[in-house]
Amino acid sequence: MTLVGWLQIAIVLALVLAAAVPLSAFIDKVMSGKRTRLSPLLLPVERGFYRLAGVDEAREQSAYHYTIAMIAFSIVGFLSLYALQRLQGVLPLNPQGFSAVDPALAFNTSTSFITNTNWQNYGGETTMSHLVQMLGLTVHNFVSAATGLAMAYALVRAFARSSATTVGNFWVDLTRCTLYVLLPISIIGAFALLFAGVPQTLAGSVDATTLEGAKQTISLGPVASQEIIKELGTNGGGFFNANSAHPFENPNAWSDIVETWALLVIPVASVLAFGRAVGDLRQGRAILIAMAILLVAGIAVLYWAEAAGNPLLTALGVDPSQGNMEGKEVRFGQSLTALFAAGTTGTSTGAVNAMHDSLTPLGGLVPMFNLLAGCIWPGGVGAGLYGFLVVAILAVFIAGLMVGRTPEYLGKKIEAREVKLAMFAVLIYPLAVLGFSAASVLLQTGLDSLGNSGPHGLSEIIYAYASQNANNGSAFAGLNGNTLWYNTTGGIVMLLGRFAYVVPVLAIAGSLAGKKKAPPSAGTFPTTGPLFVGLLIGVVVILYLLQYFPALALGPVVEHYLMLAGKTF
Amino acid sequence: MAAKVKARGLFDPAILGPAAISAFRKLDPRVLARNPVIFVTEIVSAAVTGFFIRDLVVGNGVALFSGQIAAWLWFTVLFANFAEAVAEGRGKAQADALRKTRSDTRARRFVDPKALGDMLEGVNALDLRVGDVVLVEAGEIIPGDGEVIEGVASVNESAITGESAPVIREAGGDRSAVTGGTTVLSDKIKVRITAAPGSTFLDRMIALVEGAERQKTPNEIALSILLSGLTIIFLIVCVTLWPIGVYSKTTLSATVLIALLVCLIPTTIGGLLSAIGIAGMDRLIRFNVIATSGRAVEAAGDVDTLLLDKTGTITFGNRMADEFTPVAGVADRTLAEAVMLASLADETPEGRSIVALAKTRYSLNPPDLPPEAKVVPFSAHTRISGVDLPGRSLRKGAVDAILADAKMTRETAPPEFRQAVDRISRAGGTPLAVSQNGRLLGVVHLKDIVKPDIRQRFAELRAMGIKTVMVTGDNPLTAAAIASEAGVDDFLAQATPEDKLAYIRKEQQGGRLIAMCGDGTNDAPALAQADVGVAMQTGTQAAREAGNMVDLDSDPTKLIEIVGIGKQLLMTRGSLTTFSIANDVAKYFAIIPALFVATYPELGALNVMRLASPQSAILSAVIFNALIIIALIPLALKGVAYRPIGAAALLRRNLLVYGLGGIVAPFIGIWLIDLLVSALHLA
Repeated sequence: MTLVGWLQIAIVLALVLAAAVPLSAFIDKVMSGKRTRLSPLLLPVERGFYRLAGVDEAREQSAYHYTIAMIAFSIVGFLSLYALQRLQGVLPLNPQGFSAVDPALAFNTSTSFITNTNWQNYGGETTMSHLVQMLGLTVHNFVSAATGLAMAYALVRAFARSSATTVGNFWVDLTRCTLYVLLPISIIGAFALLFAGVPQTLAGSVDATTLEGAKQTISLGPVASQEIIKELGTNGGGFFNANSAHPFENPNAWSDIVETWALLVIPVASVLAFGRAVGDLRQGRAILIAMAILLVAGIAVLYWAEAAGNPLLTALGVDPSQGNMEGKEVRFGQSLTALFAAGTTGTSTGAVNAMHDSLTPLGGLVPMFNLLAGCIWPGGVGAGLYGFLVVAILAVFIAGLMVGRTPEYLGKKIEAREVKLAMFAVLIYPLAVLGFSAASVLLQTGLDSLGNSGPHGLSEIIYAYASQNANNGSAFAGLNGNTLWYNTTGGIVMLLGRFAYVVPVLAIAGSLAGKKKAPPSAGTFPTTGPLFVGLLIGVVVILYLLQYFPALALGPVVEHYLMLAGKTF
Repeated sequence: MAAKVKARGLFDPAILGPAAISAFRKLDPRVLARNPVIFVTEIVSAAVTGFFIRDLVVGNGVALFSGQIAAWLWFTVLFANFAEAVAEGRGKAQADALRKTRSDTRARRFVDPKALGDMLEGVNALDLRVGDVVLVEAGEIIPGDGEVIEGVASVNESAITGESAPVIREAGGDRSAVTGGTTVLSDKIKVRITAAPGSTFLDRMIALVEGAERQKTPNEIALSILLSGLTIIFLIVCVTLWPIGVYSKTTLSATVLIALLVCLIPTTIGGLLSAIGIAGMDRLIRFNVIATSGRAVEAAGDVDTLLLDKTGTITFGNRMADEFTPVAGVADRTLAEAVMLASLADETPEGRSIVALAKTRYSLNPPDLPPEAKVVPFSAHTRISGVDLPGRSLRKGAVDAILADAKMTRETAPPEFRQAVDRISRAGGTPLAVSQNGRLLGVVHLKDIVKPDIRQRFAELRAMGIKTVMVTGDNPLTAAAIASEAGVDDFLAQATPEDKLAYIRKEQQGGRLIAMCGDGTNDAPALAQADVGVAMQTGTQAAREAGNMVDLDSDPTKLIEIVGIGKQLLMTRGSLTTFSIANDVAKYFAIIPALFVATYPELGALNVMRLASPQSAILSAVIFNALIIIALIPLALKGVAYRPIGAAALLRRNLLVYGLGGIVAPFIGIWLIDLLVSALHLA
């Protein structure tokens, strides 16, 4: 670890925070339907969409109808994306002449993009036509992120309102988030990436002759426009298979900074927007501080573990002064790689600028733990906020009892119904991740995909399911996911991770919205101070550590001790 | 004092014996199914017992280990049952005494409940129906809850309240309710029965102290859901660990997986949860407050606003002399002496307080009234009282009446007198004018004396986050003065029952929970509307029906303690839950390396407690898990101490003790048990 390395990390995080503060005010304005500076330009467009779809923007929905609308939208998105992939061979904008995508892979990819996961069991440049990339994948990069923020705002409104019957209008939230937040930033960001050297063309590829005289086909495409929303919408599905480690997706440190900034900025801003929406900035700040401490702790462990290097490689004569450089890009180095890896898994982005499979055991433990906890520091667009709020509800419940009152969060009583729904949501994680991991190691078809044996093989499988469950999409790429088993089960896990989690969350929103907001007193403990921040961190760490202690012990932890003992497997 | 609850020691052998037997009886799965965590423990205990028998038959050499695990798993279940039985046992003895009063009572019932007449028939108390009218005479036990419709009697209610001083019960008004099981000491009354046998106050009390009718309270239900959820999560963790173990080239036996499961699921809080609830109710009963439901106790912990009657709660209820102010030309002592003499025959508290003040402040010695003295008693008509001594006619009374007597009006009265009267009125006091032979001497300040420690208690309540509201029939001026002296946050002056009800509704609209106490029939709507309504035992039947608690001592200040008990109940649950979950960290560090150290010797690094062997590590964790339930029974029954130090400080303290303590304690405990287990060669 070096001071310069830490300065790089600090500068990027400072840039995120500097942008997130004004952005949070903007997001809150957009989501509460107020006029913004963009309104003169976008209001006619927005209204046009409503007229076209027959949506009455003034009419709010109950949590139940909100949920139905969200699910209906997702089903239509799934079907259209599936059809696009299966029909790409006969559709235009297919310069490389790709044929129809295999059914299992098309299923996996469709669930992957409607759930904001962007798990990729395909190589983008060798599987998907430009039409699929632009009309299918990129569209979902926008709307799946907007859906996330919409759902988070349904919950936020439930906290903010008193004795309310509605939590907002899904169609309005979806439209406004896409039009006012995601699109404008994406346009500016795409230009920034263009200037940094990211290509943007409709050409399929160019042929080059290498120094050795060999012919090489270099894939091209509309990369910059997809790249920015890939990060901004915490999607992570790369145009190229190598994702942000590819020199066309992420050519240099400048583009890397833009991308890291983009994947963190909306999640951070939406947490602050939550504080604004409930009328107490400190509420958002407390949650953000808890998230930031967890994120930075992860960065620190990752950076330290990678910079310390791999004694097994040192023994083979590799210079240990640069740390473990396996799977990393020299143009990013240790610190920007650590920041990106922790950030991409702390959010549900899943883009990578280094191969996580090649991280040292403890270095790899960090992204893995981030995934197992559901990517909630600061989390995906919207998803991080509602994910963390569920944990906060559980933390408040236990802590609230300890001060001798029926627990309250933001004046809303947390009672049996909320606890039941929160536990229901939380249960999905171990069920999906541990359940399918256990099935995979029992089945030969599951084991056949492994690139490594021993503890690392186990890590690859657990990482894969954790990533899909958390709708992250990054991978310990040693595992070949493009098989019938992993495509199908992975698709199921992504659906569970998104919908089986968010439906209880929206039900909580419905339940909380209807409650009276009790004014705070000296008897209610403050959910703003350092005590609450510490409580949140403690509950998060213990809750997830207890669930995954055995799995982590048999994966990265034992691998670490084996490495120290100089053993391979 | 038949049924007055005695504070029993935590480990009274009279309770422990039956509780131990009851612990075995509670193994019935149909009973245990109500407690998911312990129910799961019982099922897996049975399974491990099966494995033990198999190991014994097959002779595979692990029977000693699986046998011990099975035994300790059963102990875990038994200890949880025992905790509940101990909590229940503390109410049992008392319930038996109460039941005796109920069963042997005979009643004399009027054959015609409408016309009454003199036709009576003897029936068993258990055969009485609502609407029956019975005659109860001196020395007889009142056969059921009812209302006095004719007559007046003194009644000994010690069977219910533990208070042996008799109380007066009479037809009409606020003193008409009688309780079954109490004894008429003098006179005779006709009582109309208002509760059917089985649902009388006494029956409710028996059910409550036995914990038989205990229903889970809202927070308890929420907590049970959390615990069930955690149990399912750990079930998933343990079931999936088997294939993951196979992948890691370790075949785990079902016995060790079950041992891990039981260590992880929250057995500590699961086992103590119902004991905590019963103990909370028991604490209230020992405090001589009967709650009709656990829900009410829990609600008491949530109370935001406390409505307190001024009289009797905040002030002593009697006005007392505080100061003598003479008019110009009259010495202080002269006034003091005159008013003392005028009050000698006045046996009201006000009168006595005047004599007392004269004695203490002016060192006057109250003489005996000479025989020729003529006492003028107070009458509502003249509003004057006094005494006629030879040559001296002393009078005290309402200002206007005395002024009229002295041929003056407020306008013609001396200015210093007018000022004094105004000052006293503004301060919330009552001015009492004094005259001698028709000449105005001065004025006595009769003050509503605020109880000496009440200000401190309100400060405590404020620290708890509870707003206090004083309810009084006084005018706003007086009310404000007393409110500021007592330190209440708000007051409701010239309050009618409707005002009270409206105030409660308004507060509830704002999302607050309200507690109040009352005794009159006109309090009933407000008592019913309040979230916590404490009726006084001396109050009317209507009030007692409307409230959700009855205070047997009829002491309104108890509301404050009731709130504390409610808070304590929730805190104990929360703290033990935190402790239980925090314990899991250490158990993982004990068990996980033990399970896999054969395949991965490097995992020995996680064995931070340096436990002797894999088997002793697992056994020690299971033993710790069982023993901690026993160790925490006293805490569960006594409750976590509540201090009014504000929520943040309280949380910090409890997080430190039960959170951090919960992480550290099992590391030490398991390490110590392991030392013992390996020294005894148990594993």
